[in-house]
Amino acid sequence: MSEFGVNLFTPAGWLPLVFALVMALSILAYVILDGYDLGVGILLQKADDLSQKNTMIASISPFWDANETWLVLGIGILLVAFPLAHGVILGALYLPVALMLIALTLRGVAFDFRVKAKTQHQLLWDQVFYAGSLLASWSQGFMLGQFITGFREELNSYLFSALIGFCLIAGYRLLGAGWLIMKTEGPLQYKAVKWAQRSLWLTAAGVLAISAATPWVSSRIFDKWFSFPNVLMLLPIPAMTLVLFGVMARSLARLPIRLAQDNQYGTAVPFACTVGVFLLSFYGLAYSIFPWLVIDRITIWQAASAPEALLVIFYGVVVVLPIIIGYTIFAYRVFWGKATKLSY
Amino acid sequence: MESLDPVVLARIQFAANITFHILFPTISIGLGWFLLFFKIRFVATQQSHWMDAYQFWIKIFALTFALGVVSGITMSFQFGTNWPGFMNTVGNVAGPLLAYEVLTAFFLEATMLGIMLFGRGRVSERVHTLATFLVAAGTTASAFWILALNSWMHTPAGYAMINGKAHVISWMAVIFNPSFPYRLTHMLMASGLTVAFLLAGISAYRWLKNDKARDVVATLRTAMFVAAILTPLQIIVGDLHGLNTLKYEPEKIAAMEGIWDTQAGAPAVLIAIPDAASQSNHYELAIPKLASFYLTHDWHGEIKGIKAFGEQHPPVAPVFFAFRIMVGVGLLMLAVSWFVAWQIHARKDITALSAKILVVMTFAGWIALVSGWYVTEVGRQPWLVYGVLTTAQAASAVSAKNIATTLLLYFLLYVALLISYISVMFHLAKKAIYKNDLAEQLPQGVQHV
Ligand code: HDD
Ligand code: HEM
Ligand code: HEM
Repeated sequence: MSEFGVNLFTPAGWLPLVFALVMALSILAYVILDGYDLGVGILLQKADDLSQKNTMIASISPFWDANETWLVLGIGILLVAFPLAHGVILGALYLPVALMLIALTLRGVAFDFRVKAKTQHQLLWDQVFYAGSLLASWSQGFMLGQFITGFREELNSYLFSALIGFCLIAGYRLLGAGWLIMKTEGPLQYKAVKWAQRSLWLTAAGVLAISAATPWVSSRIFDKWFSFPNVLMLLPIPAMTLVLFGVMARSLARLPIRLAQDNQYGTAVPFACTVGVFLLSFYGLAYSIFPWLVIDRITIWQAASAPEALLVIFYGVVVVLPIIIGYTIFAYRVFWGKATKLSY
Repeated sequence: MESLDPVVLARIQFAANITFHILFPTISIGLGWFLLFFKIRFVATQQSHWMDAYQFWIKIFALTFALGVVSGITMSFQFGTNWPGFMNTVGNVAGPLLAYEVLTAFFLEATMLGIMLFGRGRVSERVHTLATFLVAAGTTASAFWILALNSWMHTPAGYAMINGKAHVISWMAVIFNPSFPYRLTHMLMASGLTVAFLLAGISAYRWLKNDKARDVVATLRTAMFVAAILTPLQIIVGDLHGLNTLKYEPEKIAAMEGIWDTQAGAPAVLIAIPDAASQSNHYELAIPKLASFYLTHDWHGEIKGIKAFGEQHPPVAPVFFAFRIMVGVGLLMLAVSWFVAWQIHARKDITALSAKILVVMTFAGWIALVSGWYVTEVGRQPWLVYGVLTTAQAASAVSAKNIATTLLLYFLLYVALLISYISVMFHLAKKAIYKNDLAEQLPQGVQHV
């Protein structure tokens, strides 16, 4: 990292790197985990009846709260480890962030209100749940678009961001449908296969749009991707993404036949492939942007807090994060298998 | 719009959000421990009404928790956007404290909540009780970290300023700063009291509607005995808290007491209308020398007046009134909880009048709580971190228009959610009444579901 005047063997060099990694991983964890929650919310209104809706919500109820905590961690690290970038990024995204927060609030409370409110209000809360999920997803996509285009205040960049918003809706919808294929049975499961098929193409278009746009934002990113021998080393990323989409399309085509024969083999394939696509896209994006937090303006080292404060948090992360991952896995195992009716 | 001051707007927005936020954690913290108590009573005695109480209140807990989480997420975003100067100056202190709150508290409570709510039957009874305990412990840990930070903002310690930034010298001194023990205790007991009156209020509501099921009566008894014990303790801690503040933030005490001139043998001002322009009180009703007595434990002790601090003092009227509301509610809680506890003890029942009073006081805790926070936070002005950083210095450059738009949206959202929250709570109570009515009409020997 000598081009950035950074010595990785000093705390001021490696600590920001570690925190950038932890931040990236928690945002990734958030996108995948809350992504399937939001996806199920987006699909909610397509259910046939109340009992299907209840099953859909039951499949995510035990998890959504913990899933959302990854967002708190990601933003928390941005705030405490990279305060300079936090101000610039969230200042530029002030309105979409507010939109997302309001949407997440509505979605989060609708979970609880829909089962407790008066019967005549329940349908209303379902609509709130759906609208909240949709709006939160779109605003997250919009923010991603803004981030990639370096927060330029131009019409093109806004249009591009709005488009990414719709693509992310499709991506979350795909995740949500994949989750439902895994976690449900009967007619709902069958419907989820159809939902997944329809989300597949828009998701692919989104991945393509982001991949195509990123290199043009900054010549530095362009050089990174298209100079020799990088281009050979990086080729596997798009190639693998393509393969995953292919596997998914095939699996979705076959599943209805298997499900008709009451065969649950391969129901995890669409979800796993979607997660794979998200991982690869995220990796590609991180590779493009690194080490910038705001493209071509602020690097992770320029934005980082004092090493002494980072070190104190570092100890906490090293000790506590494995424990968190441990009990998260425990919680998923408790609710393993097909979703059943939940109540308390 | 351009005429609106972004600093003022940012403050209003932050205050609106955190006021809305704190309502729910306060209930989560206390209710978590009450639920654990119900659960343990059930396991120990196998009496089903403890489980009934648990199952009724866990619904309200889930609802409260959800509201606490979503409003908390808003807080974590707004902290940086509205107060960038805060992190730039004291980020080395605030950052690790906030990070430890996320790592040790938020994940624990959020993950265990799933098992606590939906895990019965999927995990053993013992693991379920453990999950209930971990949720309660998580909410309390969260209060620990955030109050360490908030107390440090009032009584900063264990740091040195180097090039305009705070650097930590001793973490023990930062966390256990001079006002922390008082603030933590006072806040946790406030949480216990808020929940005690909530439990009592909803139970009294059901009792008045003729639902005298065993779980209703048991909840009401538990709540009133807890309140009868906690209220006097809260008053004592509040008094000690005030003595601590007198030492570290004397101008806040002057504003709380409404004392303008430095004097020996200062009076306790009961009622007055403080007037900033004339620097005096109108319509004052006061007891001579009493303030000196309870603040310095000497009838002739000297108390510094607001005038002694020049320009550097908080706005007097809001602090003065908020303090009186908090203390007023505290004294009311004392009277009511002792009276009702005595009734339950002596007559084995309560009267319709006390039940009605309890219903009116369902959310009394919230009023005292929010007033208390306004005393503390407004009383610290113009400082954000006492003696280190002023609020104006920390404000952001976000345009007034953006803040005003979002402020309006948040405000509408919060009003709608608050109305929904309270009406759903009473709706749940009505549903429970209806269920118990049905059960009574069933023939003997048939268990209700
Ligand atoms: C970690 C820090 C922290 C914590 C735990 C709290 N506050 Fe605070 N509060 C602030 C940090 C802060 C602040 C950043 O320091 C503010 C923003 C502007 C200001 O004047 O101080 C503030 C201001 C502020 C104001 C406006 C005061 C004014 O502008 O004159 C109110 C009404 C509250 N707070 C209320 C609360 C409540 C109800 C809290 C209960 C949770 C609370 N605060 C906890
Ligand atoms: C500026 C101050 C504050 C910030 C930035 C903040 C931030 C947050 C966030 C992000 C959450 C959601 C966590 C999750 O996903 O589970 C949360 C919840 C919570 N907060 Fe705060 N908070 C603040 C003030 C306070 C104070 C003063 C207290 C207690 C005294 C408190 C107690 C809690 C508790 C107990 C929860 C758990 C959720 C619940 O019980 O409803 N917070 N807070
Ligand atoms: C009746 C006697 C009470 C006294 C003498 C008292 C005293 C105080 C004092 C002096 C403060 C200001 C702390 C500061 O200087 O910053 C305070 C704050 C506060 N009070 Fe009270 N209080 C009483 C009752 C209550 C009750 C009944 C509640 C809630 C149910 C409550 C909740 C709070 C809260 C939440 C704060 C802000 C947090 C803190 O600084 O601890 N108080 N109280």
